[in-house]
Amino acid sequence: MTGTSAMSPLLVALISGGVVLGALTGLLAYVTLLERKFAARMQSRVGPYRVGPHGLLQPIADGVKLLLKEHLVPDAADKGVFNLAPVIFFIPCMLIFASMPFAPGLGVADLNIGVLFFLAVSSMEIVGLFMAGWGSNNKYALISAMRAVNQIISYDLPFVMAALVPVMLAGSMKLSDIATAQQGLWFIAYPVIGQLAFIAFIVAGVAAENRTPFDILEAESELIAGFRVEYSGMKFAFIQLGEYAHVIGTSFLGAALFLGAWAGPGPSWLGPLWFTIKALLVFVLFTWVRWSFLRIKVDQILSISWKLLLPLTLLLLLATAVVIVIRSGAGV
Amino acid sequence: MSEVREIDYTGSERLTMNMGPQHPSAHGVFRAILTLEGEKIVAVDAVIGYLHRCHEKLAETLAYVQYPSIASKTDYVAAMASELAYVMAAEKIGQFEVPKRAQYLRVAVNELQRVASHLLWLGTWCLDMGGALGGGTSVFLYCIREREQILDLFESLVGARLLYGFHQVGGVRYDIPTGWVEQCRTTMDLIEQRLGEYESMLHDNAFFEMRTRGIGVISSQLAQDVGVCGPLLRASGVKYDLRRNAPYSSYEDFEFAVPVETEGDCHARYRVRMVEFRESIRIVRQVLDGLPEGPISSRPGVKSLAQVKVPKGEAYARVEGPRGEVGCYLVADGTNKPYRMKWRGASFSNLAVLPHIIPGVTVADVVAIMGSVDPVFGEVDR
Amino acid sequence: MTSDRARALLSQITGLTVADGGPAVTVHVPTEQLASVAAFVKETIGCAFFAFSTAIDHKADGLETVAYVENLDDNITVVLRAKLGAGNICCPSLVPVYRGANWMERETYDMFGVQFEGHPDLRRILLSDDWDGHPLLKSYAVDTPYPPYR
Repeated sequence: MTGTSAMSPLLVALISGGVVLGALTGLLAYVTLLERKFAARMQSRVGPYRVGPHGLLQPIADGVKLLLKEHLVPDAADKGVFNLAPVIFFIPCMLIFASMPFAPGLGVADLNIGVLFFLAVSSMEIVGLFMAGWGSNNKYALISAMRAVNQIISYDLPFVMAALVPVMLAGSMKLSDIATAQQGLWFIAYPVIGQLAFIAFIVAGVAAENRTPFDILEAESELIAGFRVEYSGMKFAFIQLGEYAHVIGTSFLGAALFLGAWAGPGPSWLGPLWFTIKALLVFVLFTWVRWSFLRIKVDQILSISWKLLLPLTLLLLLATAVVIVIRSGAGV
Repeated sequence: MSEVREIDYTGSERLTMNMGPQHPSAHGVFRAILTLEGEKIVAVDAVIGYLHRCHEKLAETLAYVQYPSIASKTDYVAAMASELAYVMAAEKIGQFEVPKRAQYLRVAVNELQRVASHLLWLGTWCLDMGGALGGGTSVFLYCIREREQILDLFESLVGARLLYGFHQVGGVRYDIPTGWVEQCRTTMDLIEQRLGEYESMLHDNAFFEMRTRGIGVISSQLAQDVGVCGPLLRASGVKYDLRRNAPYSSYEDFEFAVPVETEGDCHARYRVRMVEFRESIRIVRQVLDGLPEGPISSRPGVKSLAQVKVPKGEAYARVEGPRGEVGCYLVADGTNKPYRMKWRGASFSNLAVLPHIIPGVTVADVVAIMGSVDPVFGEVDR
Repeated sequence: MTSDRARALLSQITGLTVADGGPAVTVHVPTEQLASVAAFVKETIGCAFFAFSTAIDHKADGLETVAYVENLDDNITVVLRAKLGAGNICCPSLVPVYRGANWMERETYDMFGVQFEGHPDLRRILLSDDWDGHPLLKSYAVDTPYPPYR
């Protein structure tokens, strides 16, 4: 990056942050369309079709609609908490992209603890979520918030364990190092360990993002819409966008950790495109799971996490360590 | 507040939660006032009546020729069965004869109705358990797609898709149009094949099993005591089907199996209904094969309100609707209007079991149990 | 157990009138005996299934309650009918014998105003709590003068 020396680091960060944020918002809008179209095809429907050719302008119409909607605040709500919650929810969901390198050297901040930063920030969303549930002063929202705390704490552990497998294989927490380490062999192709870790990552990821079959906190047939039941207009849009940002962020992480990030045929400037395509593939996998299964109950979700997923991912981590030691021992 | 179970531990606060009448899985307008300890329900007060139209008073003011089309508005998901119960009660008192062809047509439409109604049950139940933003919607939309085909059949037969007015005292109003039999056969083949697809989606699905096995168990004793009927009664181990035990409308001519399960939980109800789907299709095929020629009604078409006069007397006629025993208790006084009509809605009795089985389960189970009971509130509130 | 045997058993009880004919066994029961006869029908005749119960308004002759119970194994239907008599609205409840009578009797109370003695929870069920009158009584006008649907 020539010429950046003249600019202050802060300015560079601001510009690159702005570019990522802008591109991301556009991507998010169209990811909702992708999900709706994909779900529609699964259910032998057409999906959004009226706004623009093949419904391509639908996300914009949705955005405009949500912008124009009235902001309702329940009379008995804790107004400060209620109004602040969507923002608190939204910020960590967008912040997770800060450590994401979209190509070698292209990203906001390629931290040397990128994975840790991602995992730490992404579980911050629970604060906003609980504030939304509490501030709404609605019993459904409160139950949903309680469930959220239970579930996200339970599933962040196996999620971290699954994400640690590639970290161990690459020997670095820096996402670009992990990507470089996969130049020869994507980690998903790593014998046995890679596939198991990917499956665990997807399962824990679905749960950490509160999507069906683990969407007990939204659970519109029990809790109507859970913590967001009282939100309308742009505040609702913030929560919705935040959720999609979280899903897409997790998809990018999955693509970075297991699918070789920007590696792909063609010139190197196609890297970000390959990365995005891989992330969208992971996203479609999440979507596929979502629209195929029924929801399970909170106690079952917790027992799956603590009794099944966590011990298994721990074992997997142990196995990875053993493999690394054996291979390095063989090398030495 | 009924059935409060005191749980013996301190430090827990109770929360009263109003589920319904405006709730996605209220299946209409059911209101359950739940008392919660955490996620566990310790007491429930079921409130019904939001859809009450006083059908029974209405029936006293409408003639025998008018009411069948209103009867379809009790259980609007299975209108054919409701109409049949009413006209059968009138026929029973008046000893009106029903031609064989009309009886067979009644069987055909009632079995088609059962398939349509069960499709709606499967779809909405999965919607309850899987959510509007999850796999439940997929099953729901598939089921609705198939149900449309049956409604198309009804449309070409009657001209209406939901509330038919097909039955009249002494027979049926419409004969089948040309090509209907072939259309019906194609639809049955299609639905039978699609049923296999649903089963492959649900039957061994771990998530589905986790949500339904051992949930909402109704013992056979409780089921009989409360008057639970239809698939719920059979899922509780009582082999009782009015089509077999008290045949009406020539049901004795057809071969079909009556499925019975003994567990009494949501999964048993699912299995019973899945067999009923196939048995209904089998009966429809038998009707189409053996449809006799002849008149479709022993009485002329409806021209005036005074056309049907039922002698003094009373009768209780019941049919096996998709949700169970739909009964019509009619007291006639010799005029063209009933003196008194009592409607025994299958959903009313089925729903009455909820206060007995809900305490002790969690919030998520309530929707699974509600869906497996399959209430239609037009029939509960009448 | 058969319908004929049930008829014979029931006609041995003093005070009951067993109507002849018909597939269902119809018994006219004095109100004070209703609960004990219901228990007898459930225990001895095996009618465990509670189909429905309701009432009929005979205008000047007063109300009559009707309950259908069935023995599903042997296909026996027993109809318990009890004339309350002119002006009387009290009737013993069947809830201690059949749990299904709970909602049915609440409905009968709602529609006819029959006071079921021994019912654990006699409230209106279909109509709202502030409703005036009992609509299925023949004296209740169809174009209701009562609030809230004047």
